[in-house]
Amino acid sequence: MRILGIAGSLRRDSHNARLLRGVGAVLPRDAELAVFEGLADIPPYNEDDEQSPPAAVAALKAAIEQADALLLATPEYNHSIPGVLKNAIDWASRPYDSNPLRGKPAAVVGASTGLFGAVWAQAELRKVLGATGARVVDRELPVGQVDEALDADGLPLEDDLRDALSATIDELLELASPSEVVA
Amino acid sequence: MSVATPQAITAGTWQIDTVHSHVGFAVKHMVVSTFRGRFEKYEGSLVADDGSGLKIAGSVDVDSLVVKDENLAGHLNSPDFFDSANFPQIKFASTDVSVGEDGSLEVEGELTIKDHTHRVTARGSITGPHVDIAGNDKLGIELEAVIDRRDYGLLWNAPLPKGGFALDNDVKLEVSLELVREA
Repeated sequence: MRILGIAGSLRRDSHNARLLRGVGAVLPRDAELAVFEGLADIPPYNEDDEQSPPAAVAALKAAIEQADALLLATPEYNHSIPGVLKNAIDWASRPYDSNPLRGKPAAVVGASTGLFGAVWAQAELRKVLGATGARVVDRELPVGQVDEALDADGLPLEDDLRDALSATIDELLELASPSEVVA
Repeated sequence: MSVATPQAITAGTWQIDTVHSHVGFAVKHMVVSTFRGRFEKYEGSLVADDGSGLKIAGSVDVDSLVVKDENLAGHLNSPDFFDSANFPQIKFASTDVSVGEDGSLEVEGELTIKDHTHRVTARGSITGPHVDIAGNDKLGIELEAVIDRRDYGLLWNAPLPKGGFALDNDVKLEVSLELVREA
């Protein structure tokens, strides 16, 4: 099972990128996580270029196409999704008839240095993914005060948070398992 | 440490030794987690007069609030919460202090935050006096009280995507004081 991870922050020491790395430690043996590294290269969405998208967009769409499931880790900017992440999803969702997000199992997690763990951004991201046709796990994983919540490898320090992360991954993998695939 | 009795607290003024004290609060957020903050700058005293009981009073500089995330500190100092630019101090003055024979302590008094003054009752314990290594008389006080932050104009909240509110209204005030008797 191939999971494509996308962190919604471009920051060099992004907590959300670290959280994605931590996911590797809770994956079952038959699953692997590859993190998409090209978010910064994706230009602003322009419908004029939908049919022949820029190379960075084509790479994103191919990566989504080849993955069995998506795991997005988002920070929260002004109670919402970072523009770069929304922009990438807008590109990936177009044109709709060849949209690689349609039917794709997806789960959302998020981390912030504040108290609330990007909980509102996660809710908005689930809504946006649902609009693209992705099959979205109805769970949130708000990692608040992330400075103290993760170890250096991105693994949650507290058992409750670790269990919640595992539950999200389990549900994502179940959604992506062959018996669940929509014909 | 010895238990204080009303008789053991010698007349005089006892000042808070801020190096060995703690003034903070705890509030539940995200329904299940607890956030704690503390203040670095405060002063206060306990006055024991022969025959007239004990009086406890003090003040806190609001902008000395310490939290790890500077964005969160900015929000807490904003009008959503303490509005420290317009209301720089929190004040407390006791109206009745009772010390039990077992060292239990009950303090009634008036707490002022953002120009809102309400009666609160704090409960805890008092220990001492004892003489420290430098020959000073010391008292120890532990107190807790629960207030509804809305009574003091700290109104911010936000509904969570999956129900409930981001921040609880009940806030526990936590005070741990070491007091030294003025020579």
